[in-house]
Amino acid sequence: MANLKSIKKRIVSVKNTRQITKAMKMVSAAKLRRAQENVVAARPYAGKLAEVLERLAKTQESDASPLMVKRDTRRALLVVVTSDRGLCGGFNANLSKAAERFINERKGDFSELSLMTIGRKGYEFLRNRHTVRKHHGNIFSTLSYHTAALIAAELVEGYLAEEYDEVYVIYNAFKSVMTQDITLEQLLPVTAKTTDTDEVGTEYIYEPSKAALLDELLPKHIEVQVFKSLLESVASEHGARMTAMDSASKNATEMIGKLTLIYNRARQAAITTELMEIISGSESIKG
Amino acid sequence: MAEKLKVELVTPYKKVLSEEVDEITATGALGEFGVLPGHAPFLTSLKIGELAYRKDGVSHHMALNWGYFEVENDTVTVLVETAEKADEIDLERAKAALGRAETELKGLTPEDKNFRIYEAALERALIRVQVAGKAARR
Repeated sequence: MANLKSIKKRIVSVKNTRQITKAMKMVSAAKLRRAQENVVAARPYAGKLAEVLERLAKTQESDASPLMVKRDTRRALLVVVTSDRGLCGGFNANLSKAAERFINERKGDFSELSLMTIGRKGYEFLRNRHTVRKHHGNIFSTLSYHTAALIAAELVEGYLAEEYDEVYVIYNAFKSVMTQDITLEQLLPVTAKTTDTDEVGTEYIYEPSKAALLDELLPKHIEVQVFKSLLESVASEHGARMTAMDSASKNATEMIGKLTLIYNRARQAAITTELMEIISGSESIKG
Repeated sequence: MAEKLKVELVTPYKKVLSEEVDEITATGALGEFGVLPGHAPFLTSLKIGELAYRKDGVSHHMALNWGYFEVENDTVTVLVETAEKADEIDLERAKAALGRAETELKGLTPEDKNFRIYEAALERALIRVQVAGKAARR
């Protein structure tokens, strides 16, 4: 049979693919572990900062800092965090679509809506459909707090220059290896959680002053929020890639099994026909 | 002194310190201050500077970047961007950074955008060298 060779070739190529997907899964697993550690390590910092901020904000007027003032004009900026690389299942597509949905649903609320994309994939998806004000690519390979601080500073600067009045961030939050939660958060203006306003709490000594502290803490808060979303996104990306590569490896194994079956059948059929030919040939000589 | 202060020092990367100490001093926005057990609730921002604490009679020193410092109920929470223990500091590197920042600053005017950046770099390098020196002497 003519296609014996081509089936063999396909089996070999699927085996090669499986080897690659397996390797990618291993790499993702290792990276995921590190990314997960980073997320966990950053949590106490973010948590404590939010705690102090809340306490400060509770006793302050809501317009104490320009970063907390709600403006009447509503020009929004949406920060979309995706990854630079593909091959991670629906990770980027889902997020880009969620961002698109947000844009379409909330269009009426804002007088203007522009985007900032972090990560190449989201940028490629959104750049032709909406106005992308700024794109940050290639930051994930060398992600540090400093990177996040620079982005945050840029956001705050634009906000204070009144280029936009509200800033939202959308990213994949890390739930577990299998699941990512698409999360939308408002970065600016900072809304202080007013959980129990009646409670006065302990009287603090503030140095230099409450307002000055708030002024210093708020930009840090934005930095931490950005840093957190980036870390979560990275961890989610590796989780998603790991799962995607795992199922790809499984599919390849399944396919190899099927192809081997077909190959063996074809081989058997070829042997049978050959035998028939030999037997009928020898029969005709005898006769 | 029977009572102790519980200190937690966290950076965005990790929890650096979680210990019971006798006394702690740091550089706040209004200058250096010290905290002993029984201190009133207190919140301040920190400048680039040194953090020192005493535990069982032994002094420890650290170099800190921007952060803030909170005391409540004998619990001290320090949030900083970077914190380096004295023995972790690479003295050679810190000295090199110090020299670099100094030469850069000489060529700049205070109005320059980069002036603040190098000034901060200079401060950080100075503190590092200072703190590292204390580790060596101990």
